[in-house]
Amino acid sequence: MAKLVVDHVNKVFQLVRDGTELVALKDITFTVEDGQFYSVLGHSGCGKTTLLNMIAAHEKPTSGTLTIDGKPIVSPDWTKTIVFQEHTLFPWYSVYRNVTFGLEMKRLPKDEIKETASRYIDLVGLRGFEDRYPGELSGGMRQRVSLARSLAVQPLILLMDEPLAALDAQTRMFMQDELERIWERDRKTVVMVTHAIEEAVKLSDVILVLSPRPGRVRSVIPIDLPRPRKETDPRFLEIKEQIRDLIFQDFVESSA
Amino acid sequence: MKSLLRRIAWVRNLSLVTAIVIVWQIFSGYVFPKTNPSFVTLMPPPSAVAVAAYQLIISGELGQQAWASLEREMVAFAVACATAIPLGMAMGWWRAVYNQMMPLTELLRPMPPLAWIPLGILWFGVGNQENEFIIFLAVFFPVLINTIAGIRSVDVQMIRAARSLGANESAILFRIAWNAALPQIFTGLRVGFGIGWMALVAAEITGARTGLGFLMWDSRNFLRTDIIITCMITIGLLGLAFDQVLLRVMHWYLPWWREAR
Repeated sequence: MAKLVVDHVNKVFQLVRDGTELVALKDITFTVEDGQFYSVLGHSGCGKTTLLNMIAAHEKPTSGTLTIDGKPIVSPDWTKTIVFQEHTLFPWYSVYRNVTFGLEMKRLPKDEIKETASRYIDLVGLRGFEDRYPGELSGGMRQRVSLARSLAVQPLILLMDEPLAALDAQTRMFMQDELERIWERDRKTVVMVTHAIEEAVKLSDVILVLSPRPGRVRSVIPIDLPRPRKETDPRFLEIKEQIRDLIFQDFVESSA
Repeated sequence: MKSLLRRIAWVRNLSLVTAIVIVWQIFSGYVFPKTNPSFVTLMPPPSAVAVAAYQLIISGELGQQAWASLEREMVAFAVACATAIPLGMAMGWWRAVYNQMMPLTELLRPMPPLAWIPLGILWFGVGNQENEFIIFLAVFFPVLINTIAGIRSVDVQMIRAARSLGANESAILFRIAWNAALPQIFTGLRVGFGIGWMALVAAEITGARTGLGFLMWDSRNFLRTDIIITCMITIGLLGLAFDQVLLRVMHWYLPWWREAR
């Protein structure tokens, strides 16, 4: 059980240069139900990463509240782990020790650490690569390790910040399927930030579209297409088109 | 077989060095004796240096003096590492420590270690302690500066990732920042060792009765330029050897490092 509620959240940054205030996020309210794959979609600079950082407790909202199952989000811990766009794997640890890091921090018994780590390494399809260092892996494999590392600690919510953006197009398509397969295993509550419309439509139960500068909730779109979804499905294309128009319209307005 | 071939191929890189030695031999051994014999005393030919080196090695003198120098360097190096690395970590990690220490270290850092020799001799007298003190100062700052920079270079996202995985402050310092800083700390060790090695010779010239620096300086009194050159070459070779050892240790201790670049 993990339900995320974001309630009237505002985030204002004070610019270092001259102290002027920059409203990054304005009156953000939404609810992510337990087990939902939730995507936040928007341009770069619309505050979506800031929003994710607040859910992870790496940043604090200027006003408003964020809660998981009714409990306010205070500090970063294993209940909400992040998969970042760029590999933030620890390059000095092997794949295995990257995955066990969070488990060791949780002070689990040794055999449980071992069992859990190998289960998640299997899940992301990296058996046989346990002793490799991140520097010896391809981009796609690194993101798999990152995913295994984040899932192994059994977080209540899995956060992803453009997890596939740094990958080449083919790896990316393949990893989308992998992400879906892994998510369907234990139906973890997921919040993914992305600017790729197709990726969001393919994977999400609900898409929240943010408008840029300041970031506001533009629209919340439930996607009820059956899984696995095909990019060529007319309804898939229709939703994609609809979101693209929405974002394009915002883009024109904000640039005008 | 392949590695043997590669080793032989590497020897080609010594062509220039060999050529220089040959030219040196021709001038000091055959040209100067006929034109200007005093030059031979000032710059003896490689063959004469080789004879001096052979005698010094056989008599055990060279080994003894080299060991005296190495011992000083090692003691000072160990003390410098044991102090500069923890201090560097603290300065790199805690802003307040940095702010307090910075004026002090920034003032002391530009002073050449050799500037401490007069005080060093007055404080410690002539001998090992004084020499080690000077070398310590030479090693300390490169290690300190590189440790601070290494700790500071830790990626913010990586720290965030660690926090989200449940790491507390000490785990982040010792398991993330420390590991991330290690390559640069090793760079500091290599630079520090080199500068310490340079300071050693000067320290020994002015304040020692043993060591390669002392032997050189002492030989000057007897115009034994062949011994001076032997000492210079020994100093160069030992410095090179130790740098290679440090590099090997680094590759062995940080197997991930080369791949991560």
